[in-house]
This record gives sequence, C-alpha cells and structure tokens, in this order.
Amino acid sequence: MKDSKLIVSASPHLWAPDTVSLIMWDVVIALLPATIVGLALFGLPAVFITLTCIFVAVVTEWLCQRVMGRKVTVTDGAAVVTGLLLALNLPSGVPLWMAAVGSVIAIIFGKQVYGGLGNNPFNPALVARVFLLISWPLQMTTWPEPGLGETGLDAITKATPLGVLKEQGIEAASQIPLIHSFLGNVGGCIGEVSVLALLMGAIYLFWKGHITWQTPLSFMAGLAVFTGVFWLMDNTQYANPIYHILNGGFFLGAFFMATDMVTSPITTRGMIIFGLGCGLITGIIRLFGGYPEGVSFSILLMNALTPLLDRWKFTHPVKFGEVKSGG
Amino acid sequence: MEISDSRKTMITTFKKGGIHPPKEKHLSREKAVQTLPPPPEVVIPLSQHIGAPCEPKIAKGDVVKIGQVIGESSAFVSAPVHASISGKVTNIGPMPHPVLGQAPAVTIESDETDTWAELKAEQDWKKLSSEEILASIRSSGIVGLGGATFPTHVKLSPPKEKPIKTCILNGAECEPYLTADYRLMVEEPGKIATGLAIIMKILGAQEGYIGVEDDKPEAITLLKKEVAKMNIEVVTLEAKYPQGAEKQLIAAITGQEVPSGGLPMDIGCVVQNVGTAAAITQAVTAGSPLIDRIVSVTGAGVASPQNVRVRLGSSFSYVLDQCGGIKGEAGKVIMGGPMMGMAQTSLDVPVIKGTSGILVIPRADVPADQPVSCISCGRCLRTCPMGIMPSIIGILAENERFEEAKRYHLLDCVECGCCTYICPARRPLVHLIKYAKAALRKK
Repeated sequence: MKDSKLIVSASPHLWAPDTVSLIMWDVVIALLPATIVGLALFGLPAVFITLTCIFVAVVTEWLCQRVMGRKVTVTDGAAVVTGLLLALNLPSGVPLWMAAVGSVIAIIFGKQVYGGLGNNPFNPALVARVFLLISWPLQMTTWPEPGLGETGLDAITKATPLGVLKEQGIEAASQIPLIHSFLGNVGGCIGEVSVLALLMGAIYLFWKGHITWQTPLSFMAGLAVFTGVFWLMDNTQYANPIYHILNGGFFLGAFFMATDMVTSPITTRGMIIFGLGCGLITGIIRLFGGYPEGVSFSILLMNALTPLLDRWKFTHPVKFGEVKSGG
Repeated sequence: MEISDSRKTMITTFKKGGIHPPKEKHLSREKAVQTLPPPPEVVIPLSQHIGAPCEPKIAKGDVVKIGQVIGESSAFVSAPVHASISGKVTNIGPMPHPVLGQAPAVTIESDETDTWAELKAEQDWKKLSSEEILASIRSSGIVGLGGATFPTHVKLSPPKEKPIKTCILNGAECEPYLTADYRLMVEEPGKIATGLAIIMKILGAQEGYIGVEDDKPEAITLLKKEVAKMNIEVVTLEAKYPQGAEKQLIAAITGQEVPSGGLPMDIGCVVQNVGTAAAITQAVTAGSPLIDRIVSVTGAGVASPQNVRVRLGSSFSYVLDQCGGIKGEAGKVIMGGPMMGMAQTSLDVPVIKGTSGILVIPRADVPADQPVSCISCGRCLRTCPMGIMPSIIGILAENERFEEAKRYHLLDCVECGCCTYICPARRPLVHLIKYAKAALRKK
C-alpha cells in the first residue's frame, strides 16, 4: 500500500451513469430528427437560423459566466439545448439578428439572471420566443412555405394550420390533410411541423428515462378534452381535438418544453396538474384568444405555478408507512 | 396477519422506489470462506454496537484468553466484548474506530498459543427457557451483524404489549459487492435455520421467513432443503436495492408497512440478519461468544477478493494483506457495501462486529464529478423507497431550514442512498440529510 491519502465522502459510493450533462446531450439527440426535417423542409435559411441560435446561446452563456465569475459550464449542453429549442420555435423567415437577440434573451433573462441551470423558473427558449413574438409580431408570424427554401418577407408564405383555422375558419382548415401535419408538410416554426420526427425524439427520451408520461399525456388530455367539448357542441365552428393535437406547437411543446425538468413540477401529481393546465390554457387561447397558437404561453403560465405545485401537499408522494396498517 | 400463498411461491418485492445498481458480486461470490490465521495484535473497541459503551473489565498487562469478557456494561442496551486472541493487554485507550473515528479500545498482543477461555458446555437449546437463551445471547455479545449492530437480546425482548407473530431473516444482501451472507447461506444453512427457530422460540412467534434475493438461487435451494420440516418459509425476493432494508423487507414479505416513526414490532415483526441467526446458534448451542465474523474483502482494488472469517479487532491492513494486498492505488476503502458503507481514513481501523465487508475502490474509479444545482428531474422522488422528497430536503438542509425539512419527512429517511445514486446533478443528498438530522438532534 502506497502512503497515499484515502478519499473520504459520505455514502453512497456508487452513482448511476446519467449526469446533467449527459441528459442535456440526449435532449439534443432527441431533437435531431425534428431538426433534420425542419432544415430539409425550410432549407438554408433554417440552417443559418439554427446555427446562429446555438452559437449565440453558447457564447452568451460563456460571457455571462465569465462576467459573473461563475464556473463556465458551456460544455454541459444546456446552452446548446436552449439555442436549438429556440431555433426550432422560430419561423424560417426571421432575420438572423432576430434569432441572435432571441438567444441572448433566452440565456440572460431566461436563465443566468436566476443563477443558471436549475434555478430558472421559466423555460429559457420560451421566454425568448414570446419576447420575439411580442416585439416583432409580423416577422414572427410570417411562415415561408415548406419545401421551397426561399426566405424573407418576399418568399411565398403559407399560413399555419392553426392560422388558417383562426382567420379562414373551419371550412378552410378542414382542407388541410392531417397526414401533412403528421409528416410536416405544413407552415409553421422550423421544428414544430413534423409530428413524426418529434415523436421519434420523444420515444428516445422516454426510453432513456429523461421524461415521464405524466406531463405530455395530461397536456394532450387537457387540450383534447377542452377542444373536444366545444367541437361536440358545434363542429361547424370548432375543429376536432385531433386537429388541435397534430397542428401547431403541441408536440414540440408537450414533449420537449413542458417536460423541461427544471421548470416543471417534481412530483407525479404535480406533473399531471401541470400538463392539464397547459392543455386547458392552450385550448382557451386557440379557441378564444387573439393568437392562433397558445402552447408557449400556456407552458410559461404553468411554469409560474410550478413552485406552488411543488409545495402543495396534495401533490407530494405518499410516504412509506403513512397509511396505518389494519393490523 | 395472513400471508397469502402467492408470496410464498412467487418472487416478491417492496413497492415504492428502489434501484438496480451494478451488483459486482462476481468478484468474491464463488470464493468459499477462508479462516484467516489469528493476527499478531488486535484492537477491540469497547463500543461496537448501538447503545452504552462497555467498561473495560481487565487492566493493562493482564493476560487474556479467547472468549474472555474484556468489556461490558450494566446498561440493558449494550453488548459485552470478548478477547478474540489470547495474549497480553498492552493498552487500553483511544484508538482508530471505523465508525466513530476514535474510541476507547483494548489492544491485545498475541501469545501465539490461541488458547480459549473455558466455555459453557454445549447444550440443547430446545430444553432452555427463553430467558436462559436471551441471557446466553447477551453474554455472547451478539449484535446485528448486517451492519446495524443493535444488541440482539434487546431486539428479541419486545414489551409484552407488542406480541411478535412473524420473524424474518434477512438474507437479501442487496448491497452490491458483498457476498459474506451469501457464503454463509450456502456453507452453513443449518446454523441459519436453527438460529431462526431459536429466535421464534424466544418470541413465541408462529411464522418464520428467510428472505433471499432471486440472484442467489443456490442459497434459496439449500435453505429450502434445510427448513423443509420446519415452520419456516424461504421467500424469493426480487434483486432490487434496498431489498434488505428492514422496513422494505417486511413490506416485501408480509405486504405490510411499518407505520412512519414506528418499529417492526408495532406490526408484530422482528427482522434479524442471517449472520446474526448463525451467531445465535453458535452462542446458544456451543456457548461460544462472538469473536470473529465473515467479511467480504472485495472491490477492484483488492488483489485477491475473497470471503474471510476474521477475528474481531484485526486491522484492515492485516486483513487486506492476507488477501494479496491492495492492487494499484486505493481511492476509497469502505467498511460495508458501496451504498451505505463508511469510507475510512486509515487502514489502521479494526474489523468490528458490524464489518460486513472491506471494499477497496481504486483511485481511478472514484468519479471526479462535482455537484451542480438540482435540476428538479424528480428521479430521487421516484427511487425513494420511503416515498419522501430527497431533493427538497437536500435544498432545505443546505439552507439550514431544518424544521421545514422535518415537515418534508426528513426523519423517515433510512439513508439507503437510492436518491444520491440516481442523482444526475451528483448532489450529496444522503450527506445533507444526515447533516439535517444531526442538527435537529443538537437542538
């Protein structure tokens, strides 16, 4: 035995392989199918937007941490996830500077001001998306047609299925084949259009154990029940729940952003309430709000409720030995 | 309490939480127990159990024989300690201790004759009264050998208003690496079965169970053969950590949960480790006190991992030398298993009654990950077998909000380590929980 000092720490002395960093990179892997489909559909402009978002997010995080004298953690993948998620939440026609501004907002005002990863109450990418949507509503709601690869406001544009529903009504909306929404041949943000690609990524996250069913499925249930009730009451005015689930940002939101560990509840019951709330608010905004889409707003609003849900005793797990045995 | 038949035949487990860490038992699993030669010197701490420390009963310079009482206490919750080699007492005073850091101990230098003190005659336990058996368990210094080291005679003396119906032996050995209980089960199943029968007699219990994880089929077969004609069932448990934790074991076998803040006897159960049962048999039938125990010496840092029968008081360095020494550079030396064992600062510490294993993890295998902020992934909640919220308690403990941590059921924690094992942020949750518990005790 060499005369070396032994390492002493509290038990346990074994750890599961997953680390925060590995989880973040797994989320990047899970987003790849949707990213690839998005880039293929929307062409070079989408490629530039995606690279810009990721690059600016990483650089901003690095600068923030240097300026604040914190440990630089840009290799943990979290800033890459934020940048990529933001890119997937943008129309492919936005100017690059706007994408860059979004990334700066996401990292500084979505994350670092609160103390970095783990301490942010709101999903950083969604903070940035909503900031951009409110600041530059025209660019943020102009949707280049997929498959053409042209950009700018001169490009041929195509309203999103939810936009069609809001502005042209149920007749026009029913002309859009659901299979197009499923595969991605509709207008929309870079990463939200292909349900199939998003599902592939979601299955990967389930398989890895990084997300649980509670949040996305209760989100789906909330949205389906709310829109379903109105559809049943008057199907000449309201679209059916399947239309609402397959179109817009539901899949990207429900499986990749509502499930963000940091900003969603920690308990099983909390997640279900969170998901139902997201579904309900999304439905209210889509049916009665000024915007055609409400996924981003609904998640941010429920993010605000997350600390309360985590404190609410009702959501807490039943502890061992809580129910007195009958003898 | 009626145990359904399905529990007797199927693989059963506790319901809440749990983890499946790598088992690593292959290192020492097939190594039959080797009895190590008595060491040239032993250091026998006067406190090797939960409860009152012993007072030394010998003086420096005395000559002692194996099995002679060298320390005892008049307190009920205590257990005497015995000389484990024959020789001269060279020192009585503070020495390194694997759990307490430093504690009073008796040092004996061997005279190399290995002479035993006179033992009580062999006796037929069936003819003894419960009181006589309990007295002999106490005087033999038996404590919980799984690692908890609670004096066994106390555990087997429940108050009258808490009748015991069910006695359970813990043969789960759910800690990774450790194989000491496994070897005992395949090598001396008879002693274990007899021990359980003795325990059942003392308590007047009707039902006896031996719980063994399903990754030890040989042990299950041998024990089943042993108890075939007895009022004892061998229960196959799912190999899942912490299957051998007292409350989880009871839940797996009886389907009942010990009430929060309560003890197993509140639902008519008593749990003992299989090693303790074998020691009881040894003490009651052969009259021999606890002077040695089986220890798994294992881990990638041990040259020749094996299971050894070691005299209590042997230093870790002696035991490791007998197993080929340390391979490469040691990172951590742990007493017990990797999930709940204690990292040691020195190899001078002695093997005590609770030493189920000596685990050496090479320096290269000790991860360098630093803790980061909790990302609220909720994995600790989902793996907690006690159904509490470790991440929240950890944050409260960090902020010294101990009373609030208590409202989040801090005191229900059994420190099994599932939460910390699973934490991707590498947060030292068990450490924070122990810290909060200690702070509350001080108040």
